[in-house]
Amino acid sequence: MNWLIAALQTALFVLLAPLLAGWLKCCKCALQNRKAPSVLQPYRDLLKLTRKNPVVAEQASWVFTRTPYIVFSMTVLAASVVPLIAVDLPTSASADVIVMVGFFAFARFFLALAGLDIGTAFGGMGSSREMTISSLAEPAMLMAVFTLAMAESTTNLSVAISHVLNDGLLLRPSFLFALYALILVAVAETGRIPVDNPTTHLELTMIHEAMILEYSGRHLALIEWASQIKLMLYGTLIVNIFLPWGIAENFTSSALLYGLLIIVAKLAALAIVLALSETLLAKMRLFRVQEYLSFAYLLGLLGLLSHIILEASR
Amino acid sequence: MKTNWMIDFLSGLSTDITVGQIAQATHIWHIESQHWQKFAEQACAQALRWVAGWAEQRADEFLVNSCFEKQGAYIVLRTTLSQNKPELPSQATVYPAANRSERHTQDMFGIQFIGHPDARKWTRHLAWSEHDYPLRKDFPVQGEPQDITPPDMEYDFIKGHGEGVYEIPVGPVHAGIIEPGHFRFLAVGELILNLEERLAYVHKGIEKIAEGRTPEQLALLAGRVSGDTTVGHCWAACRAMEQAAGIDIPARAALIRGIWAERERVANHLGDMGAICNDVAFTFAQMQFTRLRELWLRTNATLFGHRLLMDRIIPGGVVCDISDHAAKQIKQEIIQLRRELSDVITTLDLNSSLEDRLYTAGYLSPHIAEAFGALGYVARASGQQFDVRQTATYAPYDQVKVRVPCEEQGDIASRFWVRHKEINASLHLIEDFIDLLNDGELLTAWQVPAANSESIGIVEGWRGEIVSYVRFGRDNTIDRFYPRDPSMLNWPVLEKLVLDNIVPDFPVCNKSLNGSYSGNDL
Repeated sequence: MNWLIAALQTALFVLLAPLLAGWLKCCKCALQNRKAPSVLQPYRDLLKLTRKNPVVAEQASWVFTRTPYIVFSMTVLAASVVPLIAVDLPTSASADVIVMVGFFAFARFFLALAGLDIGTAFGGMGSSREMTISSLAEPAMLMAVFTLAMAESTTNLSVAISHVLNDGLLLRPSFLFALYALILVAVAETGRIPVDNPTTHLELTMIHEAMILEYSGRHLALIEWASQIKLMLYGTLIVNIFLPWGIAENFTSSALLYGLLIIVAKLAALAIVLALSETLLAKMRLFRVQEYLSFAYLLGLLGLLSHIILEASR
Repeated sequence: MKTNWMIDFLSGLSTDITVGQIAQATHIWHIESQHWQKFAEQACAQALRWVAGWAEQRADEFLVNSCFEKQGAYIVLRTTLSQNKPELPSQATVYPAANRSERHTQDMFGIQFIGHPDARKWTRHLAWSEHDYPLRKDFPVQGEPQDITPPDMEYDFIKGHGEGVYEIPVGPVHAGIIEPGHFRFLAVGELILNLEERLAYVHKGIEKIAEGRTPEQLALLAGRVSGDTTVGHCWAACRAMEQAAGIDIPARAALIRGIWAERERVANHLGDMGAICNDVAFTFAQMQFTRLRELWLRTNATLFGHRLLMDRIIPGGVVCDISDHAAKQIKQEIIQLRRELSDVITTLDLNSSLEDRLYTAGYLSPHIAEAFGALGYVARASGQQFDVRQTATYAPYDQVKVRVPCEEQGDIASRFWVRHKEINASLHLIEDFIDLLNDGELLTAWQVPAANSESIGIVEGWRGEIVSYVRFGRDNTIDRFYPRDPSMLNWPVLEKLVLDNIVPDFPVCNKSLNGSYSGNDL
C-alpha cells in the first residue's frame, strides 16, 4: 500500500510538472501585459514533440541518443525521493537528499557529454558553461542541505520535514539562511532568469539550452519534461522543507487529498514569486554567476555557523 | 559653389583635377588613376570623411568613384580605367571604411585594387564562376545559376594559435528569425579575441536589376534595399533621380516625406530598444516597446495604407496626402506615445540589473568610430555629431531646427539612450512639419532627363546617412544605381566593439548596432 502511494506520488510529480510550467508562463505573461497561452500548452508541446521523429546528427554516438532517457529517468528517480503530498513514504526512507543531488549530477554528466558528442561549437560551449555553474551550485546546495541536516540530525527529507512539523513555526536564523541559499541555488540549477534564460533564441547566451540545441522530437520532449520536473522538484523542496504544514502525515484519503490541494496552492504561489522576479530582473552577465553562487554558498555557511553558535546548545 | 575647404584643398593638391558638379553642393572631381591613393592620403590628412565607393561600366571603360565629405559638402572623386587593364591603387590602406566597398567592386567588376590590405572575396561567394563579373554589361541579368551553390568552405578566416584558443562559427542560419550572416569568433574561455564577419548571404543583385528600369520602378526597388529603411532608401533614390532630372518637389510633398522618415525612425528605434532589453532577458521592456511600435505601425496602415510606408514616395513627390483629420490624429498619438514612453523609460532607468548589463559593455571609442566612418546612432553614441539633416540639410529639414542628440560613453547604454533621445527629437520634428503643412501639390510632373545625367541623393535614414547614386541612360531608363546603406560602414565597427567582451554578450552588442544584412549585401 505504502509503495503504491509512493508510486502514485512520483506519477503526480511527473504529470503535474508541465502544469506548473504552464502556470508559470501564465503568470509571466500577465506581468508583461501579454495574452497567455493556455496553462495546458506545455502538455500540447510535449505531445507534439513526441509525435515528431527525432533528427539525429550522423556522427552522434550512443551517448547522444541515450542521454534523454537517462536524464528523464534520473529526474524521475530524484522526484521519488522528495515528499510531495505525504511524508514517511518508503521511497523517501530509502534515499536522502544527497542521493537526490547525486541523481541530478548523474543526469548532468550525461547531458554535458551529449553536448560534446555531436561536436558543434554550441554544444561544447553549453557543456562547459553548465559544468562551471554546477561545480559552484552543488557545494552551495549541499551546504544549505547540511544546515538543515545539522538542525534535524538527518539528511533524510522525510524525517527532516517531520521534525519541522513537530517543532512548529520557530524563527530560526539558520533556517532563513538555508532557505535563501536554497532559493538561489534552485534558480541556478533550473536555469531560470537571472542565471539562464530558458526561452532565448540567442545561441551564444545559452547555458542549458546550448547543450540540448541539437535535440528534437521525442528526445527533446523527454529533456524538456525532465526540466519541468526538476523545476517542480526544487519548488517542492523549498515549500515542503520550510513550510511543510498541510502535508499528509498518514495515508487516509482525506489527508492525502488535503495534502495534494495544499501543495498545488503552495507551488502556484511560489510560481507567482518566481514570475515576479523573472520579470523584474535582467539576466546577469555570465561572470556574475560565480559571485551569485558564492553568495549562496556563503549563506549556507552562515546558516551552518549560526546553527552551531545559536541553536546547537539548545 | 565651392566651400572654403575645397579651395584650400585643391590649391594644396599636386595632381591635376578637373572639377565639375553633379548635384547641389556635390562636386565631381576627375583624377588620373595613378593618383587615386595619393588623393586619399591627402584627403585623410585634411580630415575628409570617406563616404562611399562604387564603379560602373560605360562603353569600353570603367569609371571608379569615391565619395568624400567634409563640413556637409560632398565631392565625388572619379577616375577612368581602360577595360584591358582595370587596376588602380587602393584607398583602403588609408581609409579602413573603403575596405569592403573596394572588395565588392573587385568581385562585381573584376577591377583590381593594388595594395589592398585584404585580398579575400567579399560579396562573391561561389555562385559565379571565377571570371564572371556580374555587374559588367555582358553578364546576363538572370546570371547562369547552378542548381546548388557550393558551400564557401575555402574562405580564409583569421586563425588563432596558442593554448585554449578556439573558434566559434555562428550562422548564417540562426536560431532566431533574423537575416543570415556568419560570425567567426576566436575566443579564450569566454573572452572574445577576435570577430570576423562574413556577409553577403542576402545578395539580391539590386544593382544589376536596377539597370534599365524606369524611375517609378527604381523607386520600388530602392524601397526594398532594406525593408526596415524603405522610406529612407526610397527617398534617397528619388532625390537623386529628381536632381538628375532637374525637378523640384512641392513643399507639401517634402514635408510629408519628412514626416514619414521620422515615423520610420521612431518605429525602428522603439523596436530596437525593446530588442536590446530582450537580449539581456528583460522581456518586460521588450513587450512594452513592441506594443508601442505596433500601435505606431497600425496608424501608418490606417492613415497611409502601409505599415512600413513602403512605396509611398515616388519620383516627383508622394502618393498620398495627410488630411487635417489625419494630422490631428498624428499629433494626438504623439502625445500618447510620449506619456507611455516616459512610463516605460522610468521603469527601465530604475532597474539596476539592466544597468549592469548595458553600461560599459560593447565600448566603441570615438577614435575608432571616426576612423571607420561609423554613422547614425552608432557614431552619435560615441560622440560623433554628424547628421545629414543638420550638416548637409535638405528640404524639409531646412525649415526647422534639427536637434542631434549625442552621447559620449560609447557603450550599449549610450546607443540605447541615443535612440531614446532621437525618438523625442523626431516627435518634435513631426509636430513641426505638421504645423508647416500648407495647401499644395503632392507631385511635380516628371521630366525625362538627358542621357548620362547623373546625381547623388543623400538623406539621413534611421540608421544614418544613406547615399544613393543614380545615372540615367537613354529614354528615361536607369543605367546605374548604387545605394550605400549606413550598415556598410557600421558592420566593420562591430568587429571592433566586441573585443574584450565575453561571448554571451555578443548578441546584445550586435543588437545595439543593428546593422542591416540586406542593405549591406545588396
